[in-house]
Amino acid sequence: MKARAFSYFRAATIDQALDAHARAGDDARYIAGGQSLVPALSLRLQAPRLLVDITHIDELRGVRREGGSLRIGALTRHCEMLSEPLIAEFAPLLHAAAPFVAHPAIRNRGTFGGSVALADPASEFPAMTLALDAEIEIAGPSGRRRVKADDFFIDLFETALQPGELITSIHVPLFKADQRFAFDELARRRGDYALVGCGILATCPGGRIEDIRISFFSVGNTPTRVKGVERTLIGSRLEAERITAAQGALDGDLAPPDSDEVPPAMRLHLARVLLGRLLGRLGEGA
Amino acid sequence: MSGFDETLQDEAEAPVRVRFVVNGRKVACEVAPRDTLVDCLRDKLELTGTHAGCEMGACGACLVQLDGRAIHSCLIYAVQADGARIDTIEGLSEGGVLADLQAEFHRRNALQCGFCTPGMLINAQELLSRVAEPGRGEIRDALSGNYCRCTGYEAIVDAIDAVAKARSKGGVAT
Ligand SMILES: Cc1cc2nc3c(=O)[nH]c(=O)nc-3n(C[C@H](O)[C@H](O)[C@H](O)COP(=O)(O)OP(=O)(O)OC[C@H]3O[C@@H](n4cnc5c(N)ncnc54)[C@H](O)[C@@H]3O)c2cc1C
Ligand code: FES
Ligand code: FES
Repeated sequence: MKARAFSYFRAATIDQALDAHARAGDDARYIAGGQSLVPALSLRLQAPRLLVDITHIDELRGVRREGGSLRIGALTRHCEMLSEPLIAEFAPLLHAAAPFVAHPAIRNRGTFGGSVALADPASEFPAMTLALDAEIEIAGPSGRRRVKADDFFIDLFETALQPGELITSIHVPLFKADQRFAFDELARRRGDYALVGCGILATCPGGRIEDIRISFFSVGNTPTRVKGVERTLIGSRLEAERITAAQGALDGDLAPPDSDEVPPAMRLHLARVLLGRLLGRLGEGA
Repeated sequence: MSGFDETLQDEAEAPVRVRFVVNGRKVACEVAPRDTLVDCLRDKLELTGTHAGCEMGACGACLVQLDGRAIHSCLIYAVQADGARIDTIEGLSEGGVLADLQAEFHRRNALQCGFCTPGMLINAQELLSRVAEPGRGEIRDALSGNYCRCTGYEAIVDAIDAVAKARSKGGVAT
């Protein structure tokens, strides 16, 4: 299978990329790792006239501390989520999620920014930006802006990105000593997209939960925070009965869509099992 | 609007000259922007050791090394790789880096039709360069994106396991 013919432009700067995109009348796509875009073009699910290659733009690279957060350049590859010491130390939830993203060779090319921009509801990283309360930094024809992850994912493959806009980096608050995290997913086969997956970041000074963010993926049209569940856990020390209550609250927060493969009731059940396991693990770290 | 706009479609069909260092040699060839790297390697450079199976990133038959890392050559356009160093199964075989893996695959019948084998070897090589002595679970994990329709994987895992142990002892597998 072959993509429809397109033109190719390699941008050296953000301005060049934005300009090329605009000149194609927005009938263009940015290409980063290409690990989702190339198959989509091969299947002719998309047929843009122009591909703007952003992988040679230096400003989109690099991971560094900036005040109270970690700035992760959009071009940071999935494999770097595993190998970069700053990620392991200051964004351990991303480090924990990374081995679940696709297969090693795909992780060698796929980028963090590409994954967040695509906003596949079955993907690990978009959901983790929610759990981490990250901010997405965007460059566009009308300037730069930052959008909270909570406001970024709008509907199926739909984000706050406007045509021609580019993710430059993702800012993640630094992991703190009184925080704990947990990540896991249930999949049919290692490397497959999850049937259901979840990441948790909790602040629990002295073992009592003061703040908690729980984000699910593969359970709806977007990555999903379960705020009702979060509320039931505030003040808890993750005692067994509080975990059971949290699992019960999940029904109010999640409404998995119907699919031939996995009925909603089954997905909800798997989500409850997963939540129980993760909260159990979080409690053991007390 | 500018001329850029009107000429876009002509440009789409027009051949583009790309240069790589393939298996240590400088090469140049003409490709269309939509030609994938695997097309270019097989059709233009006659390096048919890199196989094209699914052409969707799912089977792993098309793995090559790009600037030293294993990647799917069906998921990158040749124009994107302009200026890169590419090592294919041919180069890695001739260079001898895979000799012990190849011998062990052979010895243990870790291949039948051989279609998946180039991708398996390139992935195995990358795994062993990252983890000195991976467990069988880790080996299976690393191969999760490589389909084999013949062997059932057991012999492949055995072969990689044996080479890992031999390499970390500084010898060759027996
Ligand atoms: C076999 C297979 C299995 C996979 N399994 C998983 C999995 O289990 N979990 C998972 O999460 N992913 C999986 N993926 C997808 C993979 O992780 C991709 O790397 C990722 O989703 C997209 O990142 P990319 O850099 O390759 O983006 P691309 O494919 O280059 O782009 C994807 C989209 O995002 C846009 N885009 C890219 N970068 C930017 C940017 N900086 N700003 C604005 N827009 C941008 C592009 O225009 C395009 O629309 C799998 C892929 C394959 C082929
Ligand atoms: S041909 Fe590239 S993964 Fe199947
Ligand atoms: S040996 Fe035939 S596909 Fe693996």
